[in-house]
Amino acid sequence: MIEAILISVIIASTPILIAALGEVVAERSGVLNLGVEGMMIVGAVTAFATAQTTGSPYLALVAAGLAGVALAGLFAVLAVWLATNQVATGLALTLFGLGVASLAGEPFVGRPGVKLPDVSIPGLADLPFVGPVLFAQSPIFYLSILLTVGVTWFLFRTRAGLQLRAVGDQPVAAHALGLKVNRTRTLAVLFGGLCAGIAGAQLTLVYTPQWIDGLSAGRGWIALALVVFASWRPLRVLAGAYLFGAVTIAQFHAQAFGVEVPSQVLSALPYLATILVLVAFASNRRFTMVNTPAALGRPFVPDR
Amino acid sequence: MRIDLRKRTSVPWWGELLAPLIAFAVTLVIGAIMFAASGKPPVAALHAYFVEPLSEIWSLHELAIKAAPLIIIAIGLSVAYRSNNWNIGAEGQFVAGAITGSAIPVLFPGASGAWLLPAILLLGILGGAAWAAIPGLLKTRFGANEILVSLMLVYVAKLLLDWLVRGPWRNPEGYNFPETRFFGDDARLPELISQGDWGGRANWGIVIAVVLAVATAIMLTRTRKGFEIKITGQSPRAARFAGFDQNATTMFAFLFSGALAGLAGIIEVSGAIGQLTPVISPGYGFTAIIVAFLGRLNPIGIVVAGLLLALTYLGGEAAQISLGVSEKIASVFQGLLLFAVLASDTLVRYRVRIVTRGQGKPA
Repeated sequence: MIEAILISVIIASTPILIAALGEVVAERSGVLNLGVEGMMIVGAVTAFATAQTTGSPYLALVAAGLAGVALAGLFAVLAVWLATNQVATGLALTLFGLGVASLAGEPFVGRPGVKLPDVSIPGLADLPFVGPVLFAQSPIFYLSILLTVGVTWFLFRTRAGLQLRAVGDQPVAAHALGLKVNRTRTLAVLFGGLCAGIAGAQLTLVYTPQWIDGLSAGRGWIALALVVFASWRPLRVLAGAYLFGAVTIAQFHAQAFGVEVPSQVLSALPYLATILVLVAFASNRRFTMVNTPAALGRPFVPDR
Repeated sequence: MRIDLRKRTSVPWWGELLAPLIAFAVTLVIGAIMFAASGKPPVAALHAYFVEPLSEIWSLHELAIKAAPLIIIAIGLSVAYRSNNWNIGAEGQFVAGAITGSAIPVLFPGASGAWLLPAILLLGILGGAAWAAIPGLLKTRFGANEILVSLMLVYVAKLLLDWLVRGPWRNPEGYNFPETRFFGDDARLPELISQGDWGGRANWGIVIAVVLAVATAIMLTRTRKGFEIKITGQSPRAARFAGFDQNATTMFAFLFSGALAGLAGIIEVSGAIGQLTPVISPGYGFTAIIVAFLGRLNPIGIVVAGLLLALTYLGGEAAQISLGVSEKIASVFQGLLLFAVLASDTLVRYRVRIVTRGQGKPA
C-alpha cells in the first residue's frame, strides 16, 4: 500500500520537477517564460500523437522535446531578440499552445495511449521496498533525477553556468565583458522548452496514457510557482516537486480513508497549496531575494 | 545573423495606430498559410472566418454578446496592467462574479421586482472584486507573486462553480443535469432590441461595455487616480517620491479589474445563458488579456479590439460549419494575434535591423 502510494507520488511529481528545472535555467539567465503550460501541453499532445502513429514511445519522447524547443524558439525570437514584454509573450505562448494542442489532439480523444515501459535497474530493483519504489520506474523519472544533478552542477560548478547567471544578474556588465547575452538567454529558453516538452510527454506516456483536452490542468503554472518557492535552486525544486506530488496524490487517497469532502475541494488542494507556499516564501525576503536573478523579466537591448 | 534594435528617439503618432493594424494583417497572412497547409482554399476560408459572421443580423447580435464580456474585462485589466499589476486571473474573477450574482435567483427563485436586477449585478461586481482582492492583498501584505496567485484562483473558482452546480445549487426540477434553476424574468438582463427587423438576442451588456469604456477613459486621463496609475506603472520610483501609496494603487487596480470581470460574469449569466452551468466562459478572461493589449491598454481601443476578438469566436464556429475546421482554431488565432501585437509594438518602438555575420560590430 505505502509502496503504491510512493510510486504514484513519484509519477505525479516528475513532470512538475522537469518543467520547473527547465524554467530555473531560463529564469537564471534573466528570462521569465510564462509559457510553460503551453509548451507542456503541446509536448503532451505531440507525444501522444507520435506514440499513436509510430507505436514508439521513445520516438514520442523525442518529438515532444522538439515540440517544446520549437515553441520556446518562438518565444525567444519575440521576447529575447525583439524585446517584447516577457509576461505578455509568455501568456500568448500558453494561449497559443493550449489552442494548438486542443486542435491537434481532437482526432485522438478517447483513443488508448501507448505507455512508456518501466525500466528496472538490475540488482537495485530487487532491493526490498526501495527497489520497486526507486529502481523500477519510467525512464523519465531517472532522467528527472539526472537533470536535477546536472542542472545543479551546470549552474554552480561550471564556467558556462557562471556566465549564464551573470547574464541573468548583470546583463549590461556581462555584455561589456564580451559575453553574448541574448545568445545565452536563447539557449537557456530553448533548454526550458525542451524540459517542458518532456514534462508534457510524461503526462501522456506515463501519468495517464490517454488524451483529454486541457490535460495539463495548470501543472505548468504550478511548475512556475515551484521555481519561486525553490528560490531558483534546483535541489529545492526537487523537494518542492515532491511536496506538490504528495498533495496531488493525497487528494485521491483522502476519500479512501473516509474523509467526507466533495471531490472538488480535494481537487483544489494543489492550487491552494501553491498559493500558501507562494505566500509563505514571499514573506521570507532574505530567503528569496538572495537568489532572485536581478534582471529577471527585463529584456536586454545592447546600447551601441 | 542577429537582430539589431535601436530605440527610436520619438515614436511617430501614426505608429501607435499602425501597430495593431500590422498585427492583424500579419495574423491574417499566417492564418491564410495555415488554412492552405490544411488543404482549404485560403481566401475562401478567411472570408468564412472573418467576413461571413458579419453578414447577418442574428450574427451581429452574437458578436455583441461575445464582445461585451471581453470589452468589460479588458477595460479592468488595462487599468491593472497600466499600473504594473499583473492580474491574469480574470477568468476566475468572472466565474466568482457569476456565482455571487446568481445567489439570489438560485436561492430565492420567487424573488421579483425592479430591485432584483441591480442587486444581482451589484453582487456580481462584489464577488469579482472579492476574488481579485485575494491576490491583491497577498501581494501588498506578503509580496506574493500576483501572476501565479491570481492564476491558481482561476482553477479554484472553476472547481467551486462545478461543486455548486452539481451539489447544493443543482436545479431540483432539472432531471439531475448539472445546472441551476433558470433565472426568473426580473433577474434577466433585458434584450437590447427584441423586436423588428433589427431584433435579436443581444442584451444591454454591450451598452454597459461602451459606457464603462468612456467612463474609464475619463478616469485615466482626467482624474488624480488615473495619474497615479500611470506614474506608478511607468516609474515606481517617481511614484514613491511623489508620495503615492503604491499599495493603495495596487489594491485599487485589483479591485477595479476584479469588479469588472465579476460584472462581465454576471452579465453573461443573467443575459446570454440564464442559469449557471459547469462551464460558463469559453476563456473570456484569458482572451480579454489579448483584447487589452490589442487595444493598447486604451479603453476606446479596447472596444474595437473586443469586437475583433469576438469575431474570432464566431469565425471559429463558422469555420467549423462551412469548412469542417475545428472551432478550436479560434484560440490558435487568438494566440497568434497576441504574438503579432507584441512584435509590432517592437517595430514601432525600435528601428529593427537584421544584421548578417560580420557587419555592424559594436563600436
